[in-house]
Amino acid sequence: MTTSIKQLPDNEQVLSGNGSCGGCPSPMALRIVGKALGPNAIMLLTPSCAVASMGMTPRLAYNWPCINVCFATAGSSASGIAQAVEILKEKGRLQGELPTVFNWVGDGGTYDIGFQALSAAAERNDNIIHFCYNNEAYSNTGVQRSGATPRGSFTTTTPGGKRQPKKNMALLMLEHDIPYVATATVAYPGDLYDKVVKAKSIPGMKYIEILAPCYLGWQFDMPDTVQMSRMAVRSGAWLLWEAENGKISFNNPSSFIVSGIKDADPVDEYVMKQGRFNRLLKGPDAAQRIAEIQGDIDRQIAFMRERAKITI
Amino acid sequence: MKSVTKAYRPISWPMKGSGGDTGSWRSHRPVVDTKKCSKCQLCWVYCPEAVIDRHEITIDYRYCKGCGVCAKECPTGAISMEKEE
Repeated sequence: MTTSIKQLPDNEQVLSGNGSCGGCPSPMALRIVGKALGPNAIMLLTPSCAVASMGMTPRLAYNWPCINVCFATAGSSASGIAQAVEILKEKGRLQGELPTVFNWVGDGGTYDIGFQALSAAAERNDNIIHFCYNNEAYSNTGVQRSGATPRGSFTTTTPGGKRQPKKNMALLMLEHDIPYVATATVAYPGDLYDKVVKAKSIPGMKYIEILAPCYLGWQFDMPDTVQMSRMAVRSGAWLLWEAENGKISFNNPSSFIVSGIKDADPVDEYVMKQGRFNRLLKGPDAAQRIAEIQGDIDRQIAFMRERAKITI
Repeated sequence: MKSVTKAYRPISWPMKGSGGDTGSWRSHRPVVDTKKCSKCQLCWVYCPEAVIDRHEITIDYRYCKGCGVCAKECPTGAISMEKEE
């Protein structure tokens, strides 16, 4: 049973008046994460919109100690902080509960540039939580292609649409044999809250990926952020699942789609509402392009359904 | 939270308004109709800026950027976007 909205705690870790765009999904998701983690945490950020929008000295938008690190070092820096905190506790210089060390990193710092350090941290099983807020492009620098960009999507470096499908990063992290992996999105805050609370209680490396529809990069209207996130889940383009000790279970409403109780919505509506896809769908090959996008989604659902059957 | 005057080094402290008075970015303002409001708190949970009071459903217009997510997600249609003068 997911936590209802009225049961969420009152504490705010993202303060009003930060520098992000109106309707930005990053502070939207970080507010829910903050409610689950509480004030006793240390936040690490690599270059991303979350750093650009944290405000001007002497003001800071996030109500945690924040450390800005190099783009490629999210995994290794967080490992170091987690070790340091444990040693301080051993020496008696830190009283009370250990703070949670977590990364708040975009898809560039996770899928591409930060992958090596993250993979190493996962292999060492250091006691950190890595959050990837995935907006499927390098939106901070003006929307360039990343490893998370889906097939057929327009970016400034793929003006004719990306030709390759995206990586399944959450599954890659699962294959590192870490204790907890989950995917979430901003439209389902109760689901996200439960996953973060669970991740906080498990020792070792945890990975949570949050789909964050960026209205500027995806080219839809500003008020539709939450709606776009919901449509991604209902069309099957984004699957909500979690894996504890390698055992995958799907969350509602993705569980209905994967188990075949309910058909996924056709991808057309989701695609046509986003400028990054529909600006390339005016030519004669539009039907073929949509079929390609639908094919990637169907393949991913079929693959994850079979992968979830492996429970050893 | 500490006040600006206590910051004596180039270190940032958690404070509201780190991006300035972001209410000036707004082109449309959300207005709550309290008669239609069912206090479901959906607008509060989806607000990226944390400017909506959870219990009173009032909006802090000093920082509200006017993104319109609250108006779009309101199930009873109690929030409308009105053009700023």
